[in-house]
Amino acid sequence: MTTAPSSTAAPALAQTPLLSVTGLSVTYRLAGGRSLQALRGVDLSLQRGETLAIVGESGSGKTTLVRAALRLFDIGVKPAIAGTVALEGRDLFRLSERELRALRRRAQLVFQDPYASLDPRMRIASIVAEPLAIHRIGKRSGRVARALELLAQVGLSESIAGRFPSALSGGQRQRVGIARALAVDPELLVLDEPLSALDVSVQAQVINLLVDLRERRGLAYLLIAHDLRLVRYLAPRVAVMYLGRIVETGPTEQVLGAPRHPYTQLLVSSAPSLQPVAKAVEV
Amino acid sequence: MKELLSVRELAVTLHRGRQRLPAVEDVSFDIAAGETLGLVGESGCGKSLTAGSLFRLLPDPPVEVRARSIRFQGHELSEAGEAQLAALRGDQVGMIFQDPATHLNPVLTVGAQISEPLRFHRGLTKAAAREKVLELMREVGIPEPERRVDAYPHELSGGLRQRVLIAAALACDPALLIADEPTTALDVTLQAQILKLIDRERRQRGMGLLFITHDLSLVAELCDRVAVMYAGRIVELGPTARIFERPSHPYTAGLLAAVRALDQGRVDGQRLPALPGTVPALEQFEPSGCRFRERCERADLRCGELTPLLLEEQLAGAVGSASEVPEASARACHHPLA
Repeated sequence: MTTAPSSTAAPALAQTPLLSVTGLSVTYRLAGGRSLQALRGVDLSLQRGETLAIVGESGSGKTTLVRAALRLFDIGVKPAIAGTVALEGRDLFRLSERELRALRRRAQLVFQDPYASLDPRMRIASIVAEPLAIHRIGKRSGRVARALELLAQVGLSESIAGRFPSALSGGQRQRVGIARALAVDPELLVLDEPLSALDVSVQAQVINLLVDLRERRGLAYLLIAHDLRLVRYLAPRVAVMYLGRIVETGPTEQVLGAPRHPYTQLLVSSAPSLQPVAKAVEV
Repeated sequence: MKELLSVRELAVTLHRGRQRLPAVEDVSFDIAAGETLGLVGESGCGKSLTAGSLFRLLPDPPVEVRARSIRFQGHELSEAGEAQLAALRGDQVGMIFQDPATHLNPVLTVGAQISEPLRFHRGLTKAAAREKVLELMREVGIPEPERRVDAYPHELSGGLRQRVLIAAALACDPALLIADEPTTALDVTLQAQILKLIDRERRQRGMGLLFITHDLSLVAELCDRVAVMYAGRIVELGPTARIFERPSHPYTAGLLAAVRALDQGRVDGQRLPALPGTVPALEQFEPSGCRFRERCERADLRCGELTPLLLEEQLAGAVGSASEVPEASARACHHPLA
């Protein structure tokens, strides 16, 4: 059960994983000559069409992993990196800027906060079409048509295309973020806490959309989440991060059902349940 | 059960320029001594405004508060002046919030902030307050209080800062604790610890607790009774066990169904039962009719014309001890499910 799909095929002819992270360590240099090792020897791989969830508390290295997996560090942040991150077999950290830009089409990020991540001065159609312009795909008129098509795919009506983000609800904005990520036809979506800014009654709609898209397009998801229910629902495999390491990984049912690492045990026992507690019994 | 807080027809109007926005309307509920009432709802439903309005924590204008009655420990507060309310805040009423960082003063030590209510309300000297502060810090699980008492908020982790806020809220041994999303900014493991702490303190002190959250599972874990808010109104109110087992309002039922299905995991080919549409924004609140009707499959013409109300007699039925589960929860709906 624990064997990764990649190791079941003959080694030489094994399908190249979509994303393969090997021995990845990331160290940030801080002021005063100090340093912070955010990732310590992380290994993971993701096949086409597969969903892997990463869980862990803040400071565990989840965000650094997302940034490293897309080579998308904030401007001016140049951490020391050891190990490799390969997207479709090509090491991201050995590519030139141009090669990197071309490869970036394959993996897109959906941001956590749909309120902060959409440019408030751009109309929705332009926001969705922007990646096409950045990657110089198609002509202007074609891009707009494509944007409308993408909006329809995420369940948004054409009528919002000319609006600004401020006119949209959180759930609609998150759909716009997903449509934008889909514009360049990626193989992989990195979903960084995709529901945490959404209202509860809207979360189910977005989860259904993610399931739909995965089935229709064969997308792979790298899902960063703290809600174990969402992880169980969307991801057949999970990796648990703690202090920059992956401390436990495997099929979700197994890892969350019978956690072995003390941190995973704490995480599972801390997750609130929907069963009302008989309060008199509790001491 | 002894009544602690009784709120009738609370309304909060937000002033925005010339606009007057009805953010909270006709909110009524009771909290008995030692009881936990959950106020649950999505962003913009008015739950935090409700909590902040009870003891006038928010400035008027822009937050205009009216109520037929707000009775606390037998005293009518709806017409009370600032002095009377200020004497209650931090003394008989403690409050904790989502983001401890914004509710702690960055230039005051932890000790100074926990001792503030003791010195203000109880007139304790600095030295006497310090002893009490150390005791409180120990009680809320802050390790090495002697060292941390002189620390500044930024030197503490988010979890410890929330414990500091709790210690300050408990300093004067309040009869009521208002907790507004106290764990939303915390990791799930810390959340569990903080909830346990709040619940333990409530029990040991016999405090009433008004617990505001967007998370139904926290309601299940913590609350005797729950009031569900939607678009500025309470749509359902009753014992948690009763409402979770048999929700009456279509909104409550829809929310519970979605969260439950997620809980139970995925069956191939199936989708989560999702409520259609989105929560109306404050500017779109309609003056009459049910504000949930556009998302409701049971809605008819009546729902567009008549505002469904929580009835006083239903409200009375919903009060009382959690053990005697009433037949129906109070709900504001023309076509309830149960």
